[in-house]
Amino acid sequence: MKHLRSIPELGVDGIVRILNLADHMVEVNRRPVPKVPALVGRTVVSLFFEDSTRTRISFETAAKRLSADTMTFSVSTSSVNKGESLRDTIETVSAMGVAAFIVRHKTSGVPWQLSDWTDASIINAGDGWHQHPTQALLDCHTIRTELGRAASADCLAGVRIAIVGDVRHSRVARSDIQAFTALGASVVVVAPRTLLPPEVHTWPVEVTSNLDEVIGDVDVLYMLRMQRERMNEALVPDLGEYSNRFGLDRTRASRLRAECLVMHPGPMNRGVEMMVDPSDLARSVITRQVSNGVAVRMAVLFDVLGEANSEVSS
Amino acid sequence: MNGRDMNTVNIVGGRIVDSTTDAQGRPADIHIVDGRIAVVATPGTTLPAAATVLDASNAVVSPGFVDLHTHLREPGREESETIETGSRAAALGGFTAVVAMPNTDPAQDSRAVVEFVREQGRRAGLCEVVPSGCITVGRAGEQLVPYAELMKSGVTLFTDDGNGVQDPLLMRRAFEYSSDLGITMAQHCEVSRLTAGAVMHEGSCCSHLGLPGWPAIAEELMVHRDIELVRITGGRLHVLHVSTARSVDMIRAAKADGLPVTAEVTPHHFTLDDESLRTFDPVFKVNPPLRTMADIDALKAGLRDGTIDAIATDHAPHADHLKEQPLDAAPPGMLGLETAFALAVGELGMDLRSVLACLSWNPARIAGIGDRHGRPVAEGEPANLVVLDPGAAWVVDRGLVASKSRNTPYHGRSVTGQVRHTVSNGRAVVIDQVAQR
Repeated sequence: MKHLRSIPELGVDGIVRILNLADHMVEVNRRPVPKVPALVGRTVVSLFFEDSTRTRISFETAAKRLSADTMTFSVSTSSVNKGESLRDTIETVSAMGVAAFIVRHKTSGVPWQLSDWTDASIINAGDGWHQHPTQALLDCHTIRTELGRAASADCLAGVRIAIVGDVRHSRVARSDIQAFTALGASVVVVAPRTLLPPEVHTWPVEVTSNLDEVIGDVDVLYMLRMQRERMNEALVPDLGEYSNRFGLDRTRASRLRAECLVMHPGPMNRGVEMMVDPSDLARSVITRQVSNGVAVRMAVLFDVLGEANSEVSS
Repeated sequence: MNGRDMNTVNIVGGRIVDSTTDAQGRPADIHIVDGRIAVVATPGTTLPAAATVLDASNAVVSPGFVDLHTHLREPGREESETIETGSRAAALGGFTAVVAMPNTDPAQDSRAVVEFVREQGRRAGLCEVVPSGCITVGRAGEQLVPYAELMKSGVTLFTDDGNGVQDPLLMRRAFEYSSDLGITMAQHCEVSRLTAGAVMHEGSCCSHLGLPGWPAIAEELMVHRDIELVRITGGRLHVLHVSTARSVDMIRAAKADGLPVTAEVTPHHFTLDDESLRTFDPVFKVNPPLRTMADIDALKAGLRDGTIDAIATDHAPHADHLKEQPLDAAPPGMLGLETAFALAVGELGMDLRSVLACLSWNPARIAGIGDRHGRPVAEGEPANLVVLDPGAAWVVDRGLVASKSRNTPYHGRSVTGQVRHTVSNGRAVVIDQVAQR
């Protein structure tokens, strides 16, 4: 695989391949020295046009554990205003000899534009409201390992997942829905109409605005971050109303099935969508998502950059 | 007069199609002297000798095209286009007149700027550059432009193109004030509060791509508002770049009510849909956005039944580095002048004469230049003519465009319909697809 830009481009076979690789990487991470020489001499650049310290650190940790050289290139939006085009930026950094770019941008499609202008691999670390494929992969990995299932094309069969919140503006939701359904899960999205995407009937999901109707009936409750700036766009009346209708509070938590996983892509908005402490929940796997993130990103980097004959085991 | 006088042109072997002929046209040879058609003769008649002889065999001779919607970028954005380069693209595309949109810097809201644009067009000498004027000062939507003053410089079409006039009171006043001046308000219909940050059509494609949507209703609300304002004020409305099926319906109904409403559609809106954005290539970002196949069908139907009067290019050049940006930062717009005829004749399924009506005499009338463009090809008429090969196939190549910019969405596309020669004000400015200046 040359690039990882979206879940549809990766396809179900690609998802399964990454999940299998992730199992190896989990094993690597358990070693006393969690490091293998798979990507020695390869340079991986984090090209972040939008701040995201967590995602960047997760990727850079993954790259270092595979012995790649890592660099960070933070592009403030002001440098764009200085007259440098997107193409200038990628061509300049590419000229330094880069094997892969990990790209985060506030605008959908930038990873596709960049891959026209560089020979390096492009790994999408989030573009606009569009895709965040490594998040979807780590979420799939988390769910199927918590369920004790081996990676396969139907490893989420029969799993019912509720995704709650601002689906409209969420690259996590778009990627997750594609990956979950590709592996056989069924998804219900829970949001007011203002936070659903246009033409949501073309998505492979059920839709409801009543969280209480579905909360006792799902295997995974996936809470999305509610961004406070949405208040300025008249998308919901106020945060209190949002919390009342879509927040996870004690009453709702008590109605969850005992084995229901609670997930969140982070960072959590305490007191908005999360009215309970995740540590009080029986099956919160939110920190597990973070640690799985490193293994899955190692798997992605290895898949994109690793030589066919190179061994993960040292 | 000396037959080799520089001011003489003969067009030989062609078939004339104009507003007075049927779709088949009639064979005729043409002799042009000093900017006017001096002789229209049956084939085989010996014409007076001429300095330039244009071969029109197997071709159609028609009045030159008129573009109601051209961005020439001068003054202010000469990195993307100048009046000279834009005029050259126009002449190569068969246009003998283009209406220059007023979103220049400074904007075309004063006689000084309007006269500058007209004069630059004259200097280029490739087609007539007809300046439009702004509806509001600086296109800011706050204060009316002195219309009668600009009329002294020959302006009859007023628009804030790129911006719709948002304030309904101001627009009502513009229609009222202009209603007895014989001028036309050309509206870019977009309620901007509904399109903040929008990159593409709001629909299932934008939903999956996670791009902010430009909903059809944002156009339709303003089309509706302005039609109703025309009804109560007696002003005259031209709807720029109609893009949605509901807009076509409203315009059709307004015309049935006898209201003075006209409309144009761009070639890109009847040939490309929102799925083009799946490439994330900003060359496909345009305002209003590319819509759906259902909208395309409605726009074509509107052209066929006369609801939409004109095909206009919205030729919007942007330098490469401006388009090589993320979709939200890249400016909207695409080239249009050099491909308009091929797309119209090749993709609409309309007879040639109907296509020419939409490209020539209908827009000439709307632009207020029907005294010299879109005229019948007859003795005594101004010689603004084009010679066309409606069946000739060619491939669009962004590297070969005459425009200073290269942002054509049709790069690599095979099209049918070619402009062979263009005669502007009696001079052969394009011969065998080559600009003569």
